[in-house]
Amino acid sequence: MTQAGSKTLTRDDIKDAVHAKLGLSKAESGQLVEWVFSEISNTLIAGEEVKISRFGTFSVHEKKERKGRNPKTGEEVPIAARRVVTFRASPNLKKEVERGGRG
Amino acid sequence: MGMTKSQLIQRLMEAHPDLQQKDAKTVIDTIFGEITEALARGDRVELRGFAAFSVKTRGARTGRNPRTGEEVNVPEKKVPYFKPGKEIRERLMEGNG
Repeated sequence: MTQAGSKTLTRDDIKDAVHAKLGLSKAESGQLVEWVFSEISNTLIAGEEVKISRFGTFSVHEKKERKGRNPKTGEEVPIAARRVVTFRASPNLKKEVERGGRG
Repeated sequence: MGMTKSQLIQRLMEAHPDLQQKDAKTVIDTIFGEITEALARGDRVELRGFAAFSVKTRGARTGRNPRTGEEVNVPEKKVPYFKPGKEIRERLMEGNG
C-alpha cells in the first residue's frame, strides 16, 4: 500500500471552513470545532460507539491479553489487555475516496 | 448505547445555548465534509490528539472467484485509512484500569 496525495488538512483548516460558513468569530468557530472532537473522544473513551451518517463509525474494541514475541530475541512477552479505537468508513466515504483518485 | 450524528448536533446545541440548530448542523456537516473532500483529493488529514486519516492505494492483484476458482483481475483500489491519535490511545489505556 502506498500513500496518495501530498497536502494535509489540519484542525486549523477545519476551523477556517466553519468560520467562513457560519460567520461566527474565528475564536468561536475554533472553540466549536474543538468541542466536537473532544465530545467524540470522550464518548469513545466511555466505551460508546460514534456513528456519523455518510462518513463512518468510530468504535472501541476490547483486546484481551495475549502472548507476543520480541521479534529480535524471540522471547515471549505478554501484550497487556487494552482498548483500541477503530473506524469503519461509510459506503459514501469509500465511494468518494475511490472516485477522487481518478480525477 | 452510542452516539449518532443527530445526537452529536443535539449535544453541541446543549453545550452552546446561543447556537441555532441550523448552525449546529452546519458545524458538524462542515467538519466531516472537509475531511471527506480532503480524502477525496487524496490528501492527508491530521487532527492532533484525535486521529489521522489518509488514503492508501491497494495495488492491482490477481484474485480468484471463490466459487469457481477462476482467476480474476482485481484493479487498483483507493481506501480510507484511520489511525487513532496518541492522546486518545493513551486515555483508552487509562480507562482500562
